[in-house]
Amino acid sequence: MTSIEKHQSPVHTGTGEGLPERFDDPGLPPHEPRRGDLDPAADKTSERIVLALFGLSTLGTIGFLVAYFALPTGQDAATIQRSNMALGLALACALLGIGAAAIHWAKSIMNNHERVEDRHSVASSPEVREAAVANLVAGAQDSGISRRGLLKSALVGSLALFPLTIVVPLVGEVGENWDVASFKRTLWRKGLRLTTDPSGRPIKAADVTVGSIWHVIPEGLEEAPHPLDEKAKAVVIVMRLDQADLVEAPERRDWSHEGIVAYSKICTHVGCPVALYEKDSHHLLCPCHQSTFDVADGCRVVFGPAKRPLPQLPITVDDEGYLVAQSDFTEPIGPSFWDRLR
Amino acid sequence: MALAARRHHRRAPVVVLAMALLLTGSLYAALSASPAGAADRMGTDAVAAGEKLFQANCATCHGMGATGTADAPSLVGVGAAAVDFQVGTGRMPMAASGPQAPAKPVQMDAEQIAQLAAYVASLGDGPAIPSAEQVDPSRGDPATGMAVFRTNCAMCHNAVGAGGALSGGVSAPNLWNTSPTHLYEAMITGPGQMPVFNDINITPQEKRDVIAFIDQQGGTQPGGLDLGSLGPVSEGLWAWVLGLGLLIGAAVWIGARSS
Repeated sequence: MTSIEKHQSPVHTGTGEGLPERFDDPGLPPHEPRRGDLDPAADKTSERIVLALFGLSTLGTIGFLVAYFALPTGQDAATIQRSNMALGLALACALLGIGAAAIHWAKSIMNNHERVEDRHSVASSPEVREAAVANLVAGAQDSGISRRGLLKSALVGSLALFPLTIVVPLVGEVGENWDVASFKRTLWRKGLRLTTDPSGRPIKAADVTVGSIWHVIPEGLEEAPHPLDEKAKAVVIVMRLDQADLVEAPERRDWSHEGIVAYSKICTHVGCPVALYEKDSHHLLCPCHQSTFDVADGCRVVFGPAKRPLPQLPITVDDEGYLVAQSDFTEPIGPSFWDRLR
Repeated sequence: MALAARRHHRRAPVVVLAMALLLTGSLYAALSASPAGAADRMGTDAVAAGEKLFQANCATCHGMGATGTADAPSLVGVGAAAVDFQVGTGRMPMAASGPQAPAKPVQMDAEQIAQLAAYVASLGDGPAIPSAEQVDPSRGDPATGMAVFRTNCAMCHNAVGAGGALSGGVSAPNLWNTSPTHLYEAMITGPGQMPVFNDINITPQEKRDVIAFIDQQGGTQPGGLDLGSLGPVSEGLWAWVLGLGLLIGAAVWIGARSS
């Protein structure tokens, strides 16, 4: 049965504007012969195109083999690039040639009669369904699951326990440390020196000139049990601004030292390292989503998706003139988490 | 006795004092003849020639005494390195004022740049032009340079120095074709919005390591086209527009009727 035979005219039962309520399946458009079906010359042309595509594939394969032997790779990038490009292009010709030839062959040379195959019904026949139910019932009776209560409990229990073999390792691998409070503190503490990242040299306040930026890690970071984890929280950027440019909240007046300010490098949006510093506009940009912070004004957010200013690290100088922390950060660094939604 | 041979004449201190006074006096005379000590090395002729060049090319914006105007900063104390960088890369003199001075064909020859640098250096102490040895990439360690670069420079200049966008019409330039001397000068002078990295922040050896790292970037890519090494933007554009476009085209061709 084909849908072409089922052609019906649309039923105009709709209301208003003369539109039908629903459209009937218009079926397939009438069969149109191709040029190749009528004109032997066009058929011959199609054949030649297919032949040419297979030829391209053959040339690609030969080219691949030639490139493999004639263009060996050395230690330098140039020969590796030359070999990769030649092998890749030849391989593309070899495979695309076969694929395109097969499709063009099917489309232009093989017959193009439209055929419709209706789907068979999804449900099985009533006899098959009855037999299946009878089998299930017989099986259940044979197992005696309704009489043997202990066995039934054992079956349910073992099925319920099995998922633990998946869940326990899954949860266990998430992290060894379930101390959420560790999000709220970093390695910084009173008197700890600020040192350069990555070389770890302590920084004299006098060396921090106006217009410079210093990427800072706490002294002794490498001795911490998990240096990388600690670094991810404790990285700080230090900048010195002209004191005339600096706007400081009254309670943070003594957090800076002669125009030197220290802020967390971790963006309060999703935790990327904020470090694109424009020394004239005093803007700090985050490379991920372009959150922009104004260093001159307490790292206030001036643009982008970040919600909070970058946390400021209170700093001062020690007896030898080196920059030291006054304490840890006074708020959790980085993005929001369940304990810190705002 | 050995001591006797080296015994001093009792008037020796007087002679030494007289000679010291004479030396100090002549040194003072020599130094006070020129405007500043720094200019002495360059020679007063260069400073004078540099001042003429400055008045002809720079004074419109930077002011007659290079003390700055509303349009351009003071150049007192920026040093010879800043002049060598800004003029040597064609950034100065600027073609038009804007948020950033773009690099363009160099407007002055090496001698003129040296004269301008001598003049500006004579105005006040500032960073000097580094020696060839200080910027020699073969004396740097590219591995250390990479660590320093990725901490201090990569956020603006991209992980391999291909450059990147900043705010307000400003961008960080590509570094592949910048000469080692200009790289060094940019670090010590902080052109435009770039911060200054003095010799304590990034030591001279680390600066040379950074130059060695940059020296190895931007060459031939073993994998083929690098698409500007700009990361997900150019690569995504390539994959989504060209790659996906080709796939859609192929699907349409396969599904279309043959004529």
